[in-house]
Amino acid sequence: MSALVCRVVAFFCLLRASAAVFEDQVGKFDWRQQFVGNVRFAAFDAHSQASKKLLVATEKNIFASVNSRTGELFWRHVDKTGQDGQIDAMLVHGQDAVLVVGNGRLLRSWETNIGGLNWEVVMDTGSFQTAQLIGLADIVKFVAVLKKSAISLHYLSNGHQKWVENLPDSDTVQYQTVYSSGNGDVFVLGLVPHSHIVVVAYNIEDGEIMKQVSVEAPWITSLDSSCAVVGSAVLLCVDPVSSSLYTLQLNAEGRAEFVHIPLQSLDLEAEAGFHPVVIATQPHPARVPLKEFFLQLGPERFILLQLKDGAIAPLRDFNPANLVAFATTGEKTVAAVMSPKNETACSINLFSADTGRRLLDTTVTYNLDPNGGKLNRLFVLAFLKKDDSVGYRALVQTEDFALTFLQQPGRVVWVREEALADVVTMEMVDLPLTGTQAELEGEFGKKAAIQDGLLAMVLKRLSSQLILLQAWIGHLWKLFYDARKPRSHVKNEVTIETLARDEFNLQKMMVMVTASGKLFGIDSKSGTILWKHYLQNVQPNAAFKLMVQRTTAHFPHPPQCTLLIKDKDTGLGSLHVFNPIFGKKSHIALPTLPRPIQQSLLLPIMDQDYTKVLMLIDDQYKVTAFPSTKNVLQQLQEMASSIFFYLVDSSQGTLSGFRLRKDLSTELMWEVVIPAEVQKITLVKGKRANEHVHSQGRVMGDRSVLYKYLNPNLLAVVTESTDTHPERSFIGVFLIDGVTGRIIHEAVQRKARGPVHLVHSENWVVYEYWNTKSRRNEFSVLEQYEGTELYNSSVFSSLDRPHPPQVLQQSYIFPSPINTLEATLTEKGITSRHLLVGLPSGAILSLPKMFLDPRRPEVVSEQSREENLIPYAPEMPIRTEWFINYNQTVSRVKGIYTAPSGLESTCLVVAYGLDIYQTRVFPSKQFDVLKDDYDYMLISSVLLGLFFATMISKRLAEVKLLNRAWR
Amino acid sequence: MASLRQPLSSLLTVLLLICTEFVHCNTNKRATDGQDADFSVPLEHSFEMDDVPRFRRRGSLEVRGGRENGVSISQGQLSEEDRNMLKEVASVDGLYRIRVPRVSLQADRQSERQIDGYLTAFVRACALVESHLSDVITLHSDVAGSLIGVSIVTIPGACRGVEVEDEVDLDVFNTTLSIMAPVTAPVPETALFIEKMEQEMERKGKNPQEQKSFFGKYWMYIVPLVLFLMMSGAQDQSGGGASGGAANGGSR
Repeated sequence: MSALVCRVVAFFCLLRASAAVFEDQVGKFDWRQQFVGNVRFAAFDAHSQASKKLLVATEKNIFASVNSRTGELFWRHVDKTGQDGQIDAMLVHGQDAVLVVGNGRLLRSWETNIGGLNWEVVMDTGSFQTAQLIGLADIVKFVAVLKKSAISLHYLSNGHQKWVENLPDSDTVQYQTVYSSGNGDVFVLGLVPHSHIVVVAYNIEDGEIMKQVSVEAPWITSLDSSCAVVGSAVLLCVDPVSSSLYTLQLNAEGRAEFVHIPLQSLDLEAEAGFHPVVIATQPHPARVPLKEFFLQLGPERFILLQLKDGAIAPLRDFNPANLVAFATTGEKTVAAVMSPKNETACSINLFSADTGRRLLDTTVTYNLDPNGGKLNRLFVLAFLKKDDSVGYRALVQTEDFALTFLQQPGRVVWVREEALADVVTMEMVDLPLTGTQAELEGEFGKKAAIQDGLLAMVLKRLSSQLILLQAWIGHLWKLFYDARKPRSHVKNEVTIETLARDEFNLQKMMVMVTASGKLFGIDSKSGTILWKHYLQNVQPNAAFKLMVQRTTAHFPHPPQCTLLIKDKDTGLGSLHVFNPIFGKKSHIALPTLPRPIQQSLLLPIMDQDYTKVLMLIDDQYKVTAFPSTKNVLQQLQEMASSIFFYLVDSSQGTLSGFRLRKDLSTELMWEVVIPAEVQKITLVKGKRANEHVHSQGRVMGDRSVLYKYLNPNLLAVVTESTDTHPERSFIGVFLIDGVTGRIIHEAVQRKARGPVHLVHSENWVVYEYWNTKSRRNEFSVLEQYEGTELYNSSVFSSLDRPHPPQVLQQSYIFPSPINTLEATLTEKGITSRHLLVGLPSGAILSLPKMFLDPRRPEVVSEQSREENLIPYAPEMPIRTEWFINYNQTVSRVKGIYTAPSGLESTCLVVAYGLDIYQTRVFPSKQFDVLKDDYDYMLISSVLLGLFFATMISKRLAEVKLLNRAWR
Repeated sequence: MASLRQPLSSLLTVLLLICTEFVHCNTNKRATDGQDADFSVPLEHSFEMDDVPRFRRRGSLEVRGGRENGVSISQGQLSEEDRNMLKEVASVDGLYRIRVPRVSLQADRQSERQIDGYLTAFVRACALVESHLSDVITLHSDVAGSLIGVSIVTIPGACRGVEVEDEVDLDVFNTTLSIMAPVTAPVPETALFIEKMEQEMERKGKNPQEQKSFFGKYWMYIVPLVLFLMMSGAQDQSGGGASGGAANGGSR
C-alpha cells in the first residue's frame, strides 16, 4: 500500500514537472538559426540553369548546400571536429560532390540534390596533397588523389580504386600538383626546391609511367600559387626573385627546358615584397585549360595575360582591383573583377576572358560594410541569358566570415553571418523604454521633483498624460488599419528604431561575441541581427569577457557594455566599450593597460552616471579602475577594506586572496595551495551576481526550517588528478570562501575523470563527471545548510560566520554524456529551478532540480512524503518531453545562457554552438500568466449575467415587498 | 629552495631552541625526540598597526602521523606588549594573521618535506579580542596528506565594539584545533536500491493480496463513480445536442 502511494506521489510529481510544447506553440516563443562556419570551399551547382544550390565546405568540418535564392540551408552534414573530420578538398561535377576528409583518410561522394551519400572509401594513409577530377574523351570519369608518396585513381561512379602507384623518389621530391587534359595522360608535378622540377606522366588506363623527366629550375620554391598549367599542357611559373615568367611544355618530345620570359619584356613589374600569384582556370576537367590567366603583381594589381604560340601577351591591366575570379557557362568563360569604386563601395565587372573586353551591363555595385571585415574571396556564378549574353551572381566572402550574395544590378540577395557559428560569450540586455515611457520616468525622477514646484509638476503630469493619450489613439488607429489588411501582409519588422521594451520584458537584446572578433546585436524575439561590429585586430586565440557596466534602467544615460579582449599568449588586454542597443563604439577615454591582465571584476560601486566600476588587476597586483573619475576613486578608497578578490594559478595550484588598499595597491590575505603534482585546478566557479534567492530555508516534514547556507562569496573549485589510471584517478571538489580563504568543504570523487561540468547557484553545486570504474556519466549534487538555526539572519558576512555549514551530497547515474550545463534564472527566484543540460545529440534537457536533491530519501517516511521529496533512485531519467527544443536540435552545443524576464515564471534561454536557439522556459509552469485559450467571453458574460441577475432580483424583491406592504 | 631542505633533526632542534628561548611552553605532553611518527609544525602570527605582516612565533602544532591524523597545539601566553598591541590593532580594525608552512602530514613523507611556502589565513583582530582569544584553527589536507590550507575563525565571530577590560582574558589562547581531510563523495547507491526493489518484489510474491491491481482492489468505489459520471455526462450531452440543434436551426 505504502509503495503504491509513494508511486502515485512520484507520478504526480513527474506530472507536474513535465513541460512539453504543444504543436501549435512550435516557433511561437522560439527560433533557431543554423550556421556552417567559415567557408573554405564553395562551388555553385551549375549543371542546370534552374539550379539554385551553392555547395560549401567549411573550417568547422561541415559540408552543406545553401539555397542561393534565400540563403537558407537545404541540408547540412556535420562531421567530427578536429583533424579527423577536416575537409581537405571539394570537387564538384554535375550532381556529385567529392570530398576528401581527414587528411586524405576518406573519399566521399555526395548527391547534391538531397545530400545523400553516394559512396565512401577508406584510403591508404599518407599526407594528402591534392585531388583532381580526371576526364577521358570529354567525359569526367575519375578522381585522382595525390598523397605524399602515392597517387590513386578512383572511379567517380562508385569510388572503386582503378589503380594506385607509388611516386618515384617521393622522399626527396615534393609532389604537389596533378594535371590532366582528358587525353589519356595524368601528369604529376613535383619539385625539389632550388633544384629541379619532376614531371611524371601516368597512363590513365593502368597507371604505367609513360614518361618521367626532370627539368632544371634552380629558382623554384613551390608549385602552389606560383605555378599553373595554362593552355595545352604548358606549365607557367613566376619567379619573384628574377621577376620573370617561365614556361615549360609538359608533353614535349625530347629534352624539356623552361623558357625564360622576363616581366620587363611585357612592360610589367612586380610590387616590391609581393609574391606574384598565377590564377588560371580549367573550365572542364576533360579539356585543356584556358590560354588566358591572371597574374597578380601586387595586393591590388591584376593583369590578364594570354599565352599564344609560346608567347605571352597582356590583354588588360586591372589596377586597382581587389579580387578576380573566372566563371564558365556553356562554352563561354568570363573573368569577374572587383575593383574599388570609392571609400565605401566596390564594383564588379565582367570581362571576356579571351579578349579582355568589358561586357556591357554587367556592373554590380557592392557596398562595403563599415562594420565588416576586409574582402577575402569572390565566387561567381555565370549563366547565359535568353539573348545569349552572360549574366551572373556573385558571392563575396569577407574576413569576418560573412557571405554576401549579390545579384545584378547590385541587390544584396542575402547575407550569412557565419561568424555566429562560433559564439564565445554573450549577454542579454534589456531594451530601452519608448519615448513616452521615458517621458513618464523622467517626470517622476528624483531630481525633477525637488527642482520643480507644485504647479510645474501638475502641468508636466497633464502633458505626459496627453502624450500617452495620443500614443494610445495612434496605437488604436494602427490596430484598426492593420485589421483591414489580410493577415499575411501585416509584418512586424523589427528595426533598430522600433525597438522598445515590451510589457513583461520578454524581448531583449542579445549581445553575442564571436571567436573571430565580430560582435552582434540580435533581437531575442525574432532572431534578427540588428547591429554588427567587427573588431579588426583581434588575435585568433584571444579570450573575451563581456560585462554590462550600465543597464538600460538609467535613462537618459545610454546602456554601456564593455568587452575585455585578452591575448592568450601575452596576457595583454584591451577594452572595447560600446552601446549594446545600437552597437556603437563609445568615445569614453579608455585606461591604458600596459601590463598583462590577471583578473577583472565588476564592482557594485556606481559612478555618478550609474556606470558600475570595472576593476582590472595586472600581473604586479596593481589595480586599474574603469571609469576612474574622482567620485569612483573616492568610493573605492572608502570601500577598499571590504573589496576582496582572488587569483588562481592553475600551473602552481595556488588560490590566493587579496584585499584592496586605499592607495589602490593590494595586499595578500590568504593562500591555499593545492599541490599541482597531485591534482590540477581545472574549474573555478562563483555564483552569478544577478541571482536572487527567494526562500532562506526549506520547510521540513516536521515543520521546522532547514536554513540554507547562502554565501555569495563561495567558490566551487574542481581539480582533476594528474594520475590518469582508471583505478587511481579522482576529482576533487572544494568549496572555498573567496573572502577569507576558508575551505568550507573538501570532497574527493574517487575513480572519476573529467571533463567536469558544474553549476553553482543558491546553496547548491551540481557537477557531472565520468566514472572510470563503472564507465558511465554521473551527476552529483552538493547542498549546504546552516542547520535549523540561522547564525545572523539579517546580513551575511564571510568574516562573521564561524560555524561551518552542513554539507549533504548525493550522486546519480546520468544515461548520456553532456556538453554543457546551466541553471534557469528568474527575476525573484520564487520559481523552482531547472537544470538545462546540453546533450551531444543537440537536445537541451530541462531537468528539474527536484531530482537532484541530496535529501531524497532512500527509505520513504511520512516526513519525506510531507516534504514532497522524490524517493531516491540511482538513475536519472531522460524524458523526451523534457527536451525544450523538441526537434530543433542545436549542433555541437557549447554554451547555454539564461536570463530572467519581467515575468517571474519565465526564464529566457539561449543555447549556442554551431546553431543558435532561443526559447523561453517555465520551470513552474506559467503560474502568473493567463493561458492563450483563456475564455474571457465566458468569464465576462458570467459576471455581467450575475450583475444583471442581482439587479433584477433586487427590483423584484422591492416590488414584492411593496406588494406585501399594500396587502 | 634547496638550502631550505635541511635535515629534519637540525630543523627540530632549531625550533626547540626558539621554543625555549621565546615562549614559555605550558604543555609539552609529547616528547618529540624518539618517535619519528610525530613532528611539530610552527604556527606563526602577525598583528601590526601598519598592516604589513611581520610573522612571529605563536606556538607549534604537534602532529601525530600515521593513519588517523591527530593534532594538538602547544602555545604560550601573550606578553604584556603583545596584548597591548593586539588591543590597539583591534581598535583600528586591523587584522590578525596566522601562517603555517606547507608540509606533508604523512609521517613517511617527512623526509621529502619541503618548506617552500606558507599557507596564510586571517581574522579581524577585534573579533579575536572580543572573543577573548577563543579561536578555531582548522588545517586542511589533500588526498596525499599535504597541507593545502589553514583557516581561523573566532567564536563568536562578530565585532560589536565591546570593550574588553580584563587583561586576564587576553592572556591565553583558547584554541580548538582540527584537521580536515577530504571526504569521499558518494557514488550512486545502486546496490541498496536493487536490494530494496528485490525486497518489494519478494513481498509481492508472498502476499497475493498485494498483487491485485489498483482496479482490482477498489472496483467497488470506482464502478459507481464511473456510472455516476456517465449518467451526468449523458445528460449534458443530450442537452448540448439539443441546443446545438437549435443553433443549427437558427442559422438556417
